[in-house]
Amino acid sequence: MNLQTEHQGDVLLITVADDRIDAASAIQFKEMMREIVSEPSERVVLDMSNVGFLDSSGLGAVVAVMKALGPVRRLELSGLTATVEKVFRLTRMDTVFIIHKSLPEGLRHAS
Amino acid sequence: MPVDGMACAMCAEAPLPSPAPDAIADPDAAPRTDGEWTFDATPHAVREGLACLLKSPALASLGEEDRGTAELLLAEALNNVVEHAYARWTGDIRISLRSEGSHIQVRITDQGLPMPGGAPPRGELPEIEAQEDLPEGGFGWFLIRSLSEDLSYLRLGDSNALSFRIPVDNWTR
Repeated sequence: MNLQTEHQGDVLLITVADDRIDAASAIQFKEMMREIVSEPSERVVLDMSNVGFLDSSGLGAVVAVMKALGPVRRLELSGLTATVEKVFRLTRMDTVFIIHKSLPEGLRHAS
Repeated sequence: MPVDGMACAMCAEAPLPSPAPDAIADPDAAPRTDGEWTFDATPHAVREGLACLLKSPALASLGEEDRGTAELLLAEALNNVVEHAYARWTGDIRISLRSEGSHIQVRITDQGLPMPGGAPPRGELPEIEAQEDLPEGGFGWFLIRSLSEDLSYLRLGDSNALSFRIPVDNWTR
């Protein structure tokens, strides 16, 4: 699992470089993310525009990361591809996360 | 060890049974896109096996959205076998796909533990409550039941057989 991390202003921007978060990678994703988000930052944005596939294990891992953020910060997701968006919509998890169509203003993609 | 050697060798050129001579002569005969594969029951073998299935004629010709649905359905069903049926011992997963016009018929068999209660879980969506209590699991059967049609499960001797249909809206060819 390849995650790129960058501080941009008050945002911790994490870019998933892999093209899937599935049963084979969900645990590693969750553990790496928990460590990354333990750094202080006002906001946490996860750029998922490279992720073409996410299954229920991947969804569970993203939820676990959101919970690891604690009560103040919420996990913001950006750039959900069609199949990934469908999983969030069907499970109604799209109501739980802040979801941006593309990177929020002021942010640029990881180099 | 990733995917079964035999199955993988057939990956690039999917395992088409040779059609009977009279089938070739019939201009209305639908293209044969049947196939059968065997994987080891591990998450990585399922991932590689899925890539193999997506290249098979039955799935490669689907429109993008249907292909996404097919990949999700197959991933959920196959990973359930890895996690639950083979929770105590490991073995093979066998899967067959058959294109039937408006849908793809799927059959998955394994020699693992039977489904608890002799039936697949009802797959109700977990309750969404406060952020600290959000569910991290229980989505798999909900997705299978939401996206598939005609789901059936049989325990046959020491084997589980799960069958369902992947609905198809759009073919690219």
